[in-house]
Amino acid sequence: MSTPHSSSTSSAPHRASPPQIPQSLTLAPTASSSASPSSSSASGMRDAAEDDSDSPPSQMSEDDPGGGGGGGGDRWEPDLRGGNGGAGRWAPPDQVLENVLESVLEFLTAARDRNAASLVCRSWYRAEAQTRRELFIGNCYAVAPRRAVERFGGLRSVVLKGKPRFADFNLVPNGWGAYVSPWVAALGPAYPRLERICLKRMTVSDDDLALVANSFPLFKELSLVCCDGFSTLGLAVIAERCRHLRVLDLIEDYVEDEDDEMVDWISKFPESNTSLESLVFDCVSVPFNFEALEALVARSPALRRLRVNHHVSVEQLRRLMARAPQLTHFGTGAFRSEAAPGGGLSVTELATSFAASRSLICLSGFRDVNPEYLPAIFPVCAKLTSLNFSFASLTAEELKPVICNCINLRTFWVLDTVGDEGLRAVADTCSDLRELRVFPLDASEDSEGSVSDVGLQAISEGCRKLESILYFCQRMTNAAVIAMSKNCPDLVVFRLCIMGRHRPDRITGEPMDDGFGAIVKNCKLTRLSVSGLLTDKAFAYIGKYGKLIKTLSVAFAGNSDMSLQYIFEGCTKLQKLEVRDSPFSDKGLLSGLNYFYNMRFLWMNSCRLTMRGCKDVAHQMQNLVVEVIKDHTDEGESEIVDKLYLYRSLAGPRKDAPTFVTLL
Amino acid sequence: MAGLGFEETELRLGLPGGGNDATGDAATARKRGFEETIDLKLKLEQPASSAAVRVEEEAEEDEAKEAAAADVIVAAASPAAAATAGGGSMKRSPSQSSVVTAAALPDPEKPRAPKAQAVGWPPVRSFRKNILAVQSSQQKGSGGDKDDGKSAAFVKVSMDGAPYLRKVDLRMYGSYQELSKALEKMFSSFTIGSCGSQGMKGMNETKLADLLSGSEYVPTYEDKDGDWMLVGDVPWEMFVESCKRLRIMKGSEAVGLAPRAMEKCKNIC
Repeated sequence: MSTPHSSSTSSAPHRASPPQIPQSLTLAPTASSSASPSSSSASGMRDAAEDDSDSPPSQMSEDDPGGGGGGGGDRWEPDLRGGNGGAGRWAPPDQVLENVLESVLEFLTAARDRNAASLVCRSWYRAEAQTRRELFIGNCYAVAPRRAVERFGGLRSVVLKGKPRFADFNLVPNGWGAYVSPWVAALGPAYPRLERICLKRMTVSDDDLALVANSFPLFKELSLVCCDGFSTLGLAVIAERCRHLRVLDLIEDYVEDEDDEMVDWISKFPESNTSLESLVFDCVSVPFNFEALEALVARSPALRRLRVNHHVSVEQLRRLMARAPQLTHFGTGAFRSEAAPGGGLSVTELATSFAASRSLICLSGFRDVNPEYLPAIFPVCAKLTSLNFSFASLTAEELKPVICNCINLRTFWVLDTVGDEGLRAVADTCSDLRELRVFPLDASEDSEGSVSDVGLQAISEGCRKLESILYFCQRMTNAAVIAMSKNCPDLVVFRLCIMGRHRPDRITGEPMDDGFGAIVKNCKLTRLSVSGLLTDKAFAYIGKYGKLIKTLSVAFAGNSDMSLQYIFEGCTKLQKLEVRDSPFSDKGLLSGLNYFYNMRFLWMNSCRLTMRGCKDVAHQMQNLVVEVIKDHTDEGESEIVDKLYLYRSLAGPRKDAPTFVTLL
Repeated sequence: MAGLGFEETELRLGLPGGGNDATGDAATARKRGFEETIDLKLKLEQPASSAAVRVEEEAEEDEAKEAAAADVIVAAASPAAAATAGGGSMKRSPSQSSVVTAAALPDPEKPRAPKAQAVGWPPVRSFRKNILAVQSSQQKGSGGDKDDGKSAAFVKVSMDGAPYLRKVDLRMYGSYQELSKALEKMFSSFTIGSCGSQGMKGMNETKLADLLSGSEYVPTYEDKDGDWMLVGDVPWEMFVESCKRLRIMKGSEAVGLAPRAMEKCKNIC
């Protein structure tokens, strides 16, 4: 794009006009509407805890080496870094064009679009950098905080992801990394207007939370998913100092609880009316001040989402619901009475409370549920779009009366205790179901397993609009998977976990190759997790048909390096590959050399890798960080590599790696 | 040929026993063969990869299982067997030594664990597992194996150098070994040495001294009286009753506790 230099009337003297552009244009739509789905969303259940890849792909456009660092001249937005000082008063002729461009680019919200726009030319790059409001970084080690801060001038929202997903399953030793501290330290001075921070699998200390609270006077939204390192002390600081807080979502975090230092953080919220819209703290396992919560709810007229922890009785729930009849999302914590058996709230009374909550569309909690109280939710079942029973070990008999009313259900999480019969009941009623997750009560390889291919088949027949499924079982058949692939054409996420390792089709004894082959062929999957007995053939199918797959999880599967080769060569959109306990060696690893830069990361543990192969990769790929992770610091030098984590990065090898991590 | 159920590992195309069971659960029957063998094997050298013939599949599956076993916190290092690769021949010979990985634990006397579980498999978050474990232990009648009718005994576990605490329910475990396994999962660079459920039996003075003077971590606990003791001093049940909190400290720091333990050791050994 060439800019005219000739006209002298255009720019300098008339710089007055750009600042008149209304501020509303410069402030992006608030985070909740333009957010990546990993953050709060009004519809449906917050499933960011379990689902990793909703966010737009992190195709962070590699900066051109010249790296345009904020064009010269005056901006009609305050120059947050104050770098230009007095020297920048003169505006080059193309400044007007850039201002116009910025106004236009404001409307681009999707990261992918913005990344594309930033590659057009330097001018677009600068304009985009100044107008991007939300920064999504899928791997906190892929780029240094300083670099992000230098590029983007006006961020309002930052989303950061840290540890690899297998950290959830104890495969990443403690102390591995993903500390948010350097990020907060960098973001603080750079973006005083920052409103939103979303973190996933990062270590967040109380000091970090305090720094957040002190750095951002307009702070509105904090979302911590699967994080650790903080306690109620940090929460108290957030509650107290962030006077404009709208969202405090704590999802499946590990919250420290020093009993002697436990803080009544709920009482720390402002005493006047708050702007709270969402308060989720079911993972904060310590008891809390209920009266303070009740009062808080009463003075939070905007509150729509509330999820309490299990230290709440149904009597207390009733009080909360009375204070907040406008709730849309409600997490009940437990669902029992604290009174002696026979006493306590009656089901009818509880039901009236639910009936009065006319806006409820999402229910969760139900830990430690007393099934006698379940009928209390009947009044809201018909309106529910999302129901999470995944902590309630209900039988089919207990589930059926509830589920038969849930005709509008779109998201359903449940424990396998309901069995195939319970799933059939779901299939009979919930024809609009989009997402199903069936978790195991007993998560061990030799458990009984209460659901099977029968349940899967039933679901596939009744829930034709299914888009996402996570299914733990012990017995499965190719036929059921094939049936699902044909009955549910909208499926994009298929995660089947046959818990016993290497289990074949329970009827034919065949490997599960054909089932998974069908699912990739017939459905436009973006995310796939495989299990059961699988040969290279399965991966040949995946490579051949899985052209849209972005996330692939492999465990105890394949027979040779060909599997890896099929994946790398075939899955052109692959971004995240996690492999464990499969017979893949250095040869398979090296077959991915040409593809690693297109991926966010590769994780492999307990395969057949050696230091030589990993060093080979590190040597040939300069912009990859290759981490070899040991379980014990004291382990001697070994040629065998148990855990490999490699990822593209602009930041080079990180400086905060612990001793059990070797960076090649 | 120590009764390994050679029939189960015998090469064949098709289901062991042929045809379907009444339950249609041929898979489970087949799997049992692998379950038995998996505890005897540890990680092996790479086999040659080959075409996807059923025979080879079996070979590879076992290899993969062995690779998995390396990941496993297995208490048994009982007679290990190695499979020889190549030619599709799958003789299992218990007398051969196997390649032992760093993950194997040293305690040849301990009876084989019932089933070796792989770390983090099935892939259910510990957040979820913990909640469901507490619920099920509360709901189990007093006939349950781990439940003795009492409520959970949660104690905090801290480890020197770890960024945060953990909590464990001591009643979920039946022995020091089980606790050790669980703690090891939580704090990966942790070793409990070879304490058996009989207390310090099996641990001698020299070993203890070695353990403490090394850079290993040593588990200690605070008992009802407020004293800090080495884990493994007392019988398991007594430990569960008296333990108030756990601390995994560096061996060098635990030296002050040694005298008491050494004393006990002298009495027992």
